[in-house]
Amino acid sequence: MVILSSVLATGALTLTACGSRDDNGGGDSGDNGGGTTLTIGVDAPYTGENSTTGLGIRYGAQIAVDDANKNKLVPGVTFKIKALDDKAQPATGQSNATAITGDKTAVGAVGPLNSGVAQTMQQVFASANMVQISPANTNPQLTQGKNWQTAKERPYKTYFRTATTDELQGSFAAGYAFNDLKKKKVFVVDDKQTYGAGLAKIFSDQFKKLGGQVVQTDHVNTGTKDFGSLVTKIKNSGADLLYYGGQYDESSLLTKQMKDANVKIPLFGGDGMYASTYISAAGASAEGDLVTAIGVPADTLPAAKDFIATYKSKGYKGDYGAYGAYAYDATTAIIKAVKAAVDANDGKVPSDINALRSSVVDGVQKSDFEGLTGKVSFDQYGDTTNKQLTVYQVEKGKWKAVDTGTADLG
Amino acid sequence: MNTLPQQLANGLLLGSMYGLIAIGYTMVYGIVQLINFAHGEIFMTGAFGALTVYFYILPDGTTMALAIPLMLIGGALVAILIAVGAERFAYRPLRGAPRLAPLITAIGLSLALQEVVRNFYPGADRTRAFPGLDTTRDIGSVTIKDADIFLVVAAVVCMATLAFFVRKSRTGRAMQATAQDPDTAQLMGIDTNRIIVIAFAIGGFFAAVAAVAYGLKYGNVDYRMGFLMGLKAFTAAVLGGIGNIYGAMLGGLVLGVAETLASAYIDGIPGMQQLGGQGWSDVWAFVLLILVLLLRPQGLLGERVADRA
Repeated sequence: MVILSSVLATGALTLTACGSRDDNGGGDSGDNGGGTTLTIGVDAPYTGENSTTGLGIRYGAQIAVDDANKNKLVPGVTFKIKALDDKAQPATGQSNATAITGDKTAVGAVGPLNSGVAQTMQQVFASANMVQISPANTNPQLTQGKNWQTAKERPYKTYFRTATTDELQGSFAAGYAFNDLKKKKVFVVDDKQTYGAGLAKIFSDQFKKLGGQVVQTDHVNTGTKDFGSLVTKIKNSGADLLYYGGQYDESSLLTKQMKDANVKIPLFGGDGMYASTYISAAGASAEGDLVTAIGVPADTLPAAKDFIATYKSKGYKGDYGAYGAYAYDATTAIIKAVKAAVDANDGKVPSDINALRSSVVDGVQKSDFEGLTGKVSFDQYGDTTNKQLTVYQVEKGKWKAVDTGTADLG
Repeated sequence: MNTLPQQLANGLLLGSMYGLIAIGYTMVYGIVQLINFAHGEIFMTGAFGALTVYFYILPDGTTMALAIPLMLIGGALVAILIAVGAERFAYRPLRGAPRLAPLITAIGLSLALQEVVRNFYPGADRTRAFPGLDTTRDIGSVTIKDADIFLVVAAVVCMATLAFFVRKSRTGRAMQATAQDPDTAQLMGIDTNRIIVIAFAIGGFFAAVAAVAYGLKYGNVDYRMGFLMGLKAFTAAVLGGIGNIYGAMLGGLVLGVAETLASAYIDGIPGMQQLGGQGWSDVWAFVLLILVLLLRPQGLLGERVADRA
């Protein structure tokens, strides 16, 4: 017995030694696939509208890749990020998707931020059979098809997300507004975009179902700066809450102009507003405003402690709080799927990139691990099974979590 | 509650800002027949000039009464410098070239200015805070901010000074002469190059005033702010009759009021719910423009230009 175990131990040590020699010297020879560099695309807005939250995605993915490389998660493989700026514009997102799928070392992509951008990218990734995981898209159509309310049908099997859907987010917000804030009359505004209009509609439907009243609705154009006319309407409507479906770029100006005009009702919005820029742009007017955001607050997750420390120590710009940890988990899901593909191929990186991409798609579908944000796994539509949501409120110039839970769709 | 007075005030305020920017389009067009599409970006750089004075030059805690004139000076310096520089290096070499050439240069220049600010001004790739004048006052049933008062006063003072300058001063009369017929004006001993530079400089100054008013009113600025405002101001200039200074101001006011009223009331008309609201205000603004141009092609205050073209 003693002999047996010592033989095993010696063997194991020898094997480990071999492994480490390969790690050091095998890169150039490439005889066992060591030293392969694989690329993970990251697409989000890094400049202009929504860039604060977009940068959080980029650096969240960067940290995941750095960690995987440092821990040699996939032996012999070095991952690198190809970060492309979509400027929150669907057409740019589509051409970025083409650039990522055209890269013969790319195995998957993380992003985008905006649901409207995702719509134009899905087809490109599907044609290349490459996995795409968004840490931020919340529009239900993306995973459940156009008729998601009546007949769910998954349009693209390469598309996944670690964010939950607006069906839950909008309903959760409506429940919180009606039951906890005790608001009965709401004015609903949206920005006519895929994300904002969808979210506002889900909120309105659920709010009415609960017994509340939607006193008036209106729509704004993205890029608008003057909301004088709308503010007067809100003032006159007698609403006790303004619900806004859209991003912080417009809503931060709207809340400021509303409160400057002495309309002292809170503005409640979705995760598109959950950014420090919302508060810095609106100033003191933001006090008391609310948002829902996906998941639980990153700084209360024990697993995310190192992540936050790294993010801060690197001095990264952007807001990890909104989607950084979700981008980390999305990136890790891709890396783990690559590992599974390599393991299934006798420890070698499959030489055919198309075969690798295809097995990564399958691997992501089977994801099941503990990420920073909780358990990472996907249902038959590619939606996350983690359906936690949190309400945040601006208190003394900072977002503060006030309630965490999940939506009751009943 | 009757919201009409408040909505009219909202519209007039927005219109004053359009009008101030429109002056720059209209003066340049009146004299060199050039639509300076980079004017919206001159407005934007004026805002960043004022921002620089406030955040990087003045000591913290400077009172707004002192800060605003200095911000105006800073913004005006930057905007005038860029307007005059654009004239000297982007438009003058193309004078005499087909009209399309300077128009394309103008569009290129506007993109270049946006990118320069975005890349080189600290924090300008996102919305930057601007000191606001947020104290509100109630005048009857109308609530307005101090920033609104600043805007109205600035617009009135600027317009009155300009009207006086153009009518009474020697340079102003030379401007009128150049606008009517540059060749003859030159033969009469007017230095038309100098007049053109002055027109650009005045346009830049007005844009800077509008930019400071914009910053004080909305509390923040960003590198894209010139695009939409510039487009609207151009529309205002055309609406009022491009080339006419009073037309620019009138066009701005009409456009601002029309936009605001459309977004406030059209969705209240039975059968029009789908065509109203804030999101449709731009559509109605352009419908108005088309109607005016159909019925009165020279604009509200414009003169017939058939003999010039």
